Amino acid sequence: MATVSLKRLTKRYGNMEIVHGIDLEIADREFIALVGPSGCGKSTTLRMIAGLEDISGGTIDIGGRVVNDLPPRSRNISMVFQSYALYPHMTVRENLGFSLKIAGAAKDDMDRRVAEASAILGLDELLERRPSQLSGGQRQRVAMGRAIVRDPDVFLFDEPLSNLDAKLRTQMRTEIKKLHAKVKSTVIYVTHDQVEAMTLADRIVIMRSGYIEQVGTPDEVFSRPATRFVAGFIGSPPMNLHEATVSDSKLVFSGGDSLPLPGQFKSKTAAGDKVVFGIRPDDFYPTGHGLSSGGETEVHRVELPVSITEPLGNETLVFAEFNGADWVSRMLNPKPLKAGDRIGMSFDLSRAHLFSAETGKSLRN
Amino acid sequence: MDENASARLTRRALTVAHRVGLFLAMLLICLPGIWIVLSSLRPTVEIMAKPPVWIPQQLSFDAYIAMFSGIGKGGIPVLDYFRNSLIISVSSTLIAVAIGMAGGYAFARYRFRGKSGMFLGLMLTRTVPGIAMSLPLFFVYARLGIIDTHFGMILAYVALNIPFTIWLIDGFFRQVPKDLAEAAQIDGCTRWQAFWQVEFPLARPGIASAAIFAFLTCWNEFALASQLTRSVNSKTLPVGLLDYTAEFTIDWRGMCALAVVMIIPALTLTYIVQKHLVGGLTSGAVKG
Repeated sequence: MATVSLKRLTKRYGNMEIVHGIDLEIADREFIALVGPSGCGKSTTLRMIAGLEDISGGTIDIGGRVVNDLPPRSRNISMVFQSYALYPHMTVRENLGFSLKIAGAAKDDMDRRVAEASAILGLDELLERRPSQLSGGQRQRVAMGRAIVRDPDVFLFDEPLSNLDAKLRTQMRTEIKKLHAKVKSTVIYVTHDQVEAMTLADRIVIMRSGYIEQVGTPDEVFSRPATRFVAGFIGSPPMNLHEATVSDSKLVFSGGDSLPLPGQFKSKTAAGDKVVFGIRPDDFYPTGHGLSSGGETEVHRVELPVSITEPLGNETLVFAEFNGADWVSRMLNPKPLKAGDRIGMSFDLSRAHLFSAETGKSLRN
Repeated sequence: MDENASARLTRRALTVAHRVGLFLAMLLICLPGIWIVLSSLRPTVEIMAKPPVWIPQQLSFDAYIAMFSGIGKGGIPVLDYFRNSLIISVSSTLIAVAIGMAGGYAFARYRFRGKSGMFLGLMLTRTVPGIAMSLPLFFVYARLGIIDTHFGMILAYVALNIPFTIWLIDGFFRQVPKDLAEAAQIDGCTRWQAFWQVEFPLARPGIASAAIFAFLTCWNEFALASQLTRSVNSKTLPVGLLDYTAEFTIDWRGMCALAVVMIIPALTLTYIVQKHLVGGLTSGAVKG
């Protein structure tokens, strides 16, 4: 069990800098998700922590020990790969026990630890099979088993669920969460899927182009995104984000439509400021069909035409046309609607976001 | 006749035609081999007969007995040739495979300056026919005093085989996902252990294929060996075949008998390794 601390961690390939001196403190037993679009440096960061990539600058500290130049085997970590990376020429039992064999563990100790891991993951029936005889989900479990057998300080997961179909992914997500509750290790989990990050992690690190955009609990990054990028990246369907100009306690959009300037931002903006207005589909809803219907403090109501609807059973995503663009809203207790209908829509402005158009930073703070 | 019955009949007819076709093809492939074995067992009159005698009239092992009965009694130093062939082929195969593994691994796994140029250069050496090299090689070897030595032959064959073994083994290492070696390193292996524990076993079919091809190249090579060997010190079996040619006659029966003696070890080795060869051809199916 260990803390992980990254200080000014940098990665360069030749002249190209991929990771730009990031700082991150990970507490003991914490589940951290690194999330971001492809090419944001999250996998490179994970591989640097694992020791599979050399670092170009900064320090990596695992459990109070600087491991910058140590080979992977000396870092007491284990890693689950996207491709599972099971050894195809070994049985499941041999795969699980491989690290113990290399470490020269005694046979009965090895058997005991393999049995423990296989019991935790329900692999008992599969121990004599080879990876080629396993389904995707089973391979995934073996890969996790191989990781826990080592009893590492830190677990590293590199997009472990991306090769699975949607149903299995949800199921394995739950298993990973249960596993973390059982083994109580520090976990660093890389994913490009924000739902995985939100559901699994204690804290989420959102990365973009080699920089950390925000670090926070799932609730923090969802409710108080620090940047426009985080606001657009976290949440499904994504936040409605539209550029506007502040003018006389109003936000004037490019198409000429306007909304009242949310009260909390009045002191933080001046007339003429270019801003990006953001509102989640949950806070922009057909009147009477919202989450907080009735309890709102600052609601702006307008009548808007519906362009399309996406029924999901318990809710419907309604795309309403405002200022010449489609704004997505979430309609709870849905009633049938069709394109062209004009309906009353509510903007819960107390929950809206404003970002600087220039820097992308939130104007909340 | 209904549709199904006629379809069934067509299928049966096609199966028969398929088998007949296969038999003819196999016959064509095997005939020279069978002819050599038969010729080694029959008298020269029968071998040279026109029109050919298809069904042997008399078979005997005389040629084999003569071959082993020593100089002066129609024999040739076949055991010396055999020993030379074995020493030269086995050593040069081992060296070529070892270098091929190192080179193939480097080409498959590492990025370095001039990589593609080097690879192309290696392949280009294969375009030069061995026989074209024999005269320059002869001069160099004569100066170095390594004509008619095992060392000289091994050196030539290693050089001949390396481009091929590197190319073949490179392909097999490429098929082994990089993740596996990384997983092994995280599991506690050094780079070296990861290679031997994980990557080598997975590339083994390819290495076995490279080995068998290299061995057969050395075992069967004639052009270079006929220039660079002189005596029983280093003459290999293919060169030994020439012992059956005299100024005016060729002992076809003896030559065929020696050819059979040559074929047997090669055939045995191929048979032993064939399981790996087949495995090699399907190893792309292994998913990490």
